[in-house]
Amino acid sequence: MAETAYVPTKEDFELLTGRDITTDKNFASQSYWKGVAIIVTAIILLAIFGPILSPYGYRDIVSYTDEAGKQVVAKGISPQIGHAGDGAFDQYTFLFGTDDLGRDQWTRTWHGARVSLIIAFVTIIIDMIIGMSYGLISGYFGGAVDAVMQRIVEVANSVPRLVIVSVLAIFMPKGMGLVIVALLLTEWIGMSKIARAEMLRIKEQEYVLASRTLGAHSMHIIFKQILPNTIGPIITQVMFSIPTAIFTEAFLSFVGVGIMLPQCSIGSLIENGFNNITTLPYQILPPIIVLALQMLGFNFIGDGFREALAPKLEDM
Amino acid sequence: MEMHENTILKFEDLDISFRTNAGVVHAIRGVNIELRRGETVAIVGESGSGKSVTVKAAVGLLDGNATVNSGKILYRYKNDDGTEKIVDLLAMSKRELRTTINGSRIAMVFQDPMTSLDPTMTIGKQIMEGILLHKRGDKAFAYARALELLNLVGITDAEKRMKNYPHQLSGGMRQRVVIAIALACDPDILICDEPTTALDVTIQARILELIKDVQDRLGLSVIYITHDLGVVAKVADYVNVMYAGKIIEVGKVNEVFYEPKHPYTWGLLAAMPDLETDDDRLASIPGSPPNLLHEPVGDAFAARNAFALKIDEKAEPPLFKVSDTHYAATWLLHPDAPKVEMPKELQTRIERARKEAERYQ
Amino acid sequence: MKKYILKRVAMSVATLLLIMFVLFVLVRIMPGNPFPSERMNAEQIANKRAELGLDDPVLVQFGRYMAGLAHGDFGKGTSLYYGAPITTVLGTCISNSFRIGGLAILIGTAVGLILGITAALNKGTFIDAFCTVFSILGVCVPGYVFLIFLQYFFSYKIPFFPYFFDSSRFLFSSVLPALSLSLFTMSTVARFTRNEMVEVMDSDYVHLAESKGMYGNMLVTRHILRNALIPIVTVLAPLIVDLLTGALVVEKIYGINGIGKLMVDSIAGEGVDYNYVLALGILYSALYIGIMLVVDILYGLLDPRIRVASSKEGDA
Repeated sequence: MAETAYVPTKEDFELLTGRDITTDKNFASQSYWKGVAIIVTAIILLAIFGPILSPYGYRDIVSYTDEAGKQVVAKGISPQIGHAGDGAFDQYTFLFGTDDLGRDQWTRTWHGARVSLIIAFVTIIIDMIIGMSYGLISGYFGGAVDAVMQRIVEVANSVPRLVIVSVLAIFMPKGMGLVIVALLLTEWIGMSKIARAEMLRIKEQEYVLASRTLGAHSMHIIFKQILPNTIGPIITQVMFSIPTAIFTEAFLSFVGVGIMLPQCSIGSLIENGFNNITTLPYQILPPIIVLALQMLGFNFIGDGFREALAPKLEDM
Repeated sequence: MEMHENTILKFEDLDISFRTNAGVVHAIRGVNIELRRGETVAIVGESGSGKSVTVKAAVGLLDGNATVNSGKILYRYKNDDGTEKIVDLLAMSKRELRTTINGSRIAMVFQDPMTSLDPTMTIGKQIMEGILLHKRGDKAFAYARALELLNLVGITDAEKRMKNYPHQLSGGMRQRVVIAIALACDPDILICDEPTTALDVTIQARILELIKDVQDRLGLSVIYITHDLGVVAKVADYVNVMYAGKIIEVGKVNEVFYEPKHPYTWGLLAAMPDLETDDDRLASIPGSPPNLLHEPVGDAFAARNAFALKIDEKAEPPLFKVSDTHYAATWLLHPDAPKVEMPKELQTRIERARKEAERYQ
Repeated sequence: MKKYILKRVAMSVATLLLIMFVLFVLVRIMPGNPFPSERMNAEQIANKRAELGLDDPVLVQFGRYMAGLAHGDFGKGTSLYYGAPITTVLGTCISNSFRIGGLAILIGTAVGLILGITAALNKGTFIDAFCTVFSILGVCVPGYVFLIFLQYFFSYKIPFFPYFFDSSRFLFSSVLPALSLSLFTMSTVARFTRNEMVEVMDSDYVHLAESKGMYGNMLVTRHILRNALIPIVTVLAPLIVDLLTGALVVEKIYGINGIGKLMVDSIAGEGVDYNYVLALGILYSALYIGIMLVVDILYGLLDPRIRVASSKEGDA
């Protein structure tokens, strides 16, 4: 043994006293989480504060007075680092450039990110409430109630989202409302399935049976005792639903049934960039990069939650 | 390569580490185990102590991120012509190992029969596969042999069962099938990795009996990996107690059970339920095993040891000899160490168990 | 198994009928009227409604519509294509969409499988890392964004491929849209295959097979692939459905006369063409339900755990 180089002395053979031997001394560090957290926090912060950092609003058309004293619209400025040097905009750097109409792309991109994040969060939170209530009630009562409720889920799940969108387009004006309703009508299903599965799992556990025999009210058991235990898997689902919502918004706005002018979102910015790609090819880049980073961040968080909640116990 | 003439498998200073995202985990830190012909050796320890890794190294089932830093696993076998040969299993290539050792000479029974059979293949095919692979005969022979094995492990209606998929059998039956697969090519050594942990208590006993029965009939040498001392008491000749990648106490089963020397073994024995101990007096070992991502300084058990000495934080104890067959790695056995007795509670339990054992002899 | 299939088929048909009915009612009871009112006075509208039977009870109308469908008649568009019979328009669109979609599925699945299997068998190497990065990229960036770039670089900057779809050069002009459509399928299949394989390779039954003496290709084909590939069938269904959605934007960008573009045209323009919404809604729902049905049955046939009913007898 390599360590036997140490020669023990008499004092070494005293009992150690006054120590805590019950606490765990294992720590796990995950550096990868830091990266994901930074991406998501940065995007959320920029979506909130990004537009404020620019003197131009997302609808403002940037113009300057040229040497001849004429007002010139600053269309299609390329992304800049440092000052452009033409003296027109000494005070401000167009990091993302301006678009085909002369609007600051920085403001528009972060405004768009804000819109798509708001849509995602609002719909997913409402969906979470609807889906969880539905799933928990269905799972808790079981029997005929469950059978009927699950039939409904099955039928609802058999309608493609596109069809829902197209029917909605008959009933409502295109815009943010349509995107939100379309997401509301589809995303709750996944949540309800998870909530129901969790309910079925937890329902038979002792503490629930105990409080049922003690005569606790059904709703009390569902929402006070079981709900807190379903939070984990639901949060995971939420984290996967957020990218779906962001994707759907981008897709619908691109196609022209989502966010309408003069509003802007990630999707409408990509569409606008696409329309001008031959003349202003860089214009499409900022919204695409922001979209990709949003997707990346939330997907990773979802993965992380899933792994954290279902730890693979490895016996070495 | 020296080995006692009756020794069939010998782990020598085995040292293994794993590369993980968090860093290098030094999982096995110098393990020595000997298995003699026809005998049963148990390796006992908590999850993460390295007991599974140790045997997996012998059958070439280590994960891709494992590195064997040093050590040998010597295996003695008879060639077809009757000459004896000793090989180092760690020096063999995977292909060599699979074609000459796995299945045909060393076979394994896994912990969970619910997951250890291929769900997409009939059990008949799964048993025949090994026989055909090692060219013990043609398809008809393999079929007959599979039937014979199913009968041997106590499965009735064997002909019908051959066509069943694993999900059609109960847990106990599946474990019997797994044992049949292991026995298919007449191995010398059977490694059982927690073979009964996943089963109901009543079925556990029957599976243990079955393994013992085939061991006697076929003259197998068996290695048991378990965290269940109850299993050890029933089946083992020798016990190796493993902690943090090291053997910390080894001896004949009676020595380790009746005269345990290491505080960790005391903890394990105290945590073992018996009929006369109340549940609330059942002691558990505080804390959890050390993270081997960081090389332990001194005795790896010191942090959880109520009887730790100052030296435990400075140097790792060597194996002290208790008897010719009994060794323990604790500084408490050093001549300079204070006299520390095992807890009273445990003493009375051991006394009780000893008397009970004598009564049944 | 036969019983299971029959039950699944019956359920699917019932669900589809229900969805068709709901769609029909929703589209028929929509607010406003399907005719541009500026050009017609009240009397003309009333005449037109009577002529089209819009004043009959809904069930009668539905019956009439279904009878038409049985003969392949979807009615006529209200505004699109100047009221040409929908079936005629649909014929070309379906053929275009299906050929490109089919190509995309083929490329996506084939390349995805190869990539996933190679990555899993070379776990921890450069190939594995490449597969991971590739699949993250494919999941985080929508396929149509790739198409925008492909179109910009390989049709505009280097005019090799046609800038828009040209049905006279079908295969050649399908390359870009099919490739970009396949990316999502490809990356998802690759990631799923890789993870599934890695999990199977670490499973007890593969270890048991190894401890029997199996190794190399025999181990891969007999135990690993079979078990890893069965669950992949289940992701294929949602992927094909996603592809339908993705096709919407891709067809719009690349000017392909397909059902996706038709869908966009029917809802995104000035007005909404109700009859197209209805026809496409039925078509999409039928496709969706059909795909799920096929996948379910296929899975049942592949997995003995479903195919062979469990009949546990005795214990130990």
